[in-house]
Amino acid sequence: MKPAPFVYIDPVSVKEVLAALGAQDGEAAVLAGGQSLVPLLNLRLARPSLVVDLRRVTELRDVTLSHTHLVVGAMVTTAQLAAHPQVGACGAGLREALLHIGHPQIRNRGTVGGSIAHADPAAELPAVLVALDGWVELAGPPGRREVAAADFFTGPFDTARRPDEIVTAVAFPRFTGSSTTIELAPRHGDFALAGAFVALDADGDARIALFGVAERPVRAGEAERLVRACGTASEVGEAVTAALSPADDVHASGRYRAHVAGVLVRRALDTLRTTGAAA
Amino acid sequence: MTDAATRSRIVRLTLNGVLVEVEAEVRTLASDAIRHSVGLTGTHVGCEQGSCGACTVLVDGLPVRSCLLLAPQLDGTEVETIESVAPEHPVVRAMHEHHGLQCGYCTAGIVMSLVAAARRQLPPAEVVEDVLGGHLCRCTGYVNIRAAIRDAFGNGGT
Repeated sequence: MKPAPFVYIDPVSVKEVLAALGAQDGEAAVLAGGQSLVPLLNLRLARPSLVVDLRRVTELRDVTLSHTHLVVGAMVTTAQLAAHPQVGACGAGLREALLHIGHPQIRNRGTVGGSIAHADPAAELPAVLVALDGWVELAGPPGRREVAAADFFTGPFDTARRPDEIVTAVAFPRFTGSSTTIELAPRHGDFALAGAFVALDADGDARIALFGVAERPVRAGEAERLVRACGTASEVGEAVTAALSPADDVHASGRYRAHVAGVLVRRALDTLRTTGAAA
Repeated sequence: MTDAATRSRIVRLTLNGVLVEVEAEVRTLASDAIRHSVGLTGTHVGCEQGSCGACTVLVDGLPVRSCLLLAPQLDGTEVETIESVAPEHPVVRAMHEHHGLQCGYCTAGIVMSLVAAARRQLPPAEVVEDVLGGHLCRCTGYVNIRAAIRDAFGNGGT
């Protein structure tokens, strides 16, 4: 299908983007890489009256590594970040998460900011951000603000971003331990039925976030406590499954998704503990 | 800005090495601009929701789904379509020799992704698993396409 008519503008600065969003009474859509928005336009599931394209806003394309964070401009593509020389500062799990997203053809256009702002419950990057306690930088009429990942994702495709704001950057904390992203999808590149990001630091503390199994990315708190208490990988996996109650849908039953999430965390933990011991 | 001015655009791009100017409604998909406004119909449109990869073209050297781009997003870019690929290209020759197609609908998109992969000299295993993963073919079962990739990219693939 084809998109319904809309007004399209492509400003060159964040200031101009915000002015356009502020002047808009109807529904406005912010176009980053378009790998989620354009299918929604084509299917007419989204019918915005205004599309604001960020492609010419060059100030959103920087990647900066500070002492504490990798700050990724909203318009940096998935492929660019995966190939970035400093992506490893946040652990192997971030790069793995990036390479789980779609296919090369999708990663060449899809953006980090777009994935975060779209907030698909099955998306990888929101879970990584939640697990590492990162934050999202937003720009709006009153200025810039930062929202912690834990507060940013409020529901399926729903975030703390207000309609007159845009996501300008995503900050992933540096991570020196071992980490991995693992998921199960019916076909390579499909949305995950369930997925997990698991990170272990040098003290044996774990950060576990799950995607595709709830209305938003969720931390597995009980499972994290079990890792600290030296629980076996199987025990941790069972704790993950027990804490979840995903909805049934056409792709899988909720019970199956919860089971898979537990198995994935078990496998991830096995991998991290084995490679960690060998290192 | 009037409504009319923001609903239609003149898009200037380099298409297969030639500077072209297309006037299109802003909601026009890049795939439709290439096929209907320019008349290059080698780029095929399959699902129009980014799943199948039939419409893949190269934008500034990178393979992308042209059905997930709006025509104005092509402004100032260099676009390459299947019409720009010579019959002697190693990828085309390998697809021909191994009969890596049946109905041919998905072929143009696959060849464009493979052309980009060949420029980057990607290892055959990555081409089979990752690059070809972005394309659906309903006829072949991929066996002959994989054989063509192994041939064109060296024998390290599976």
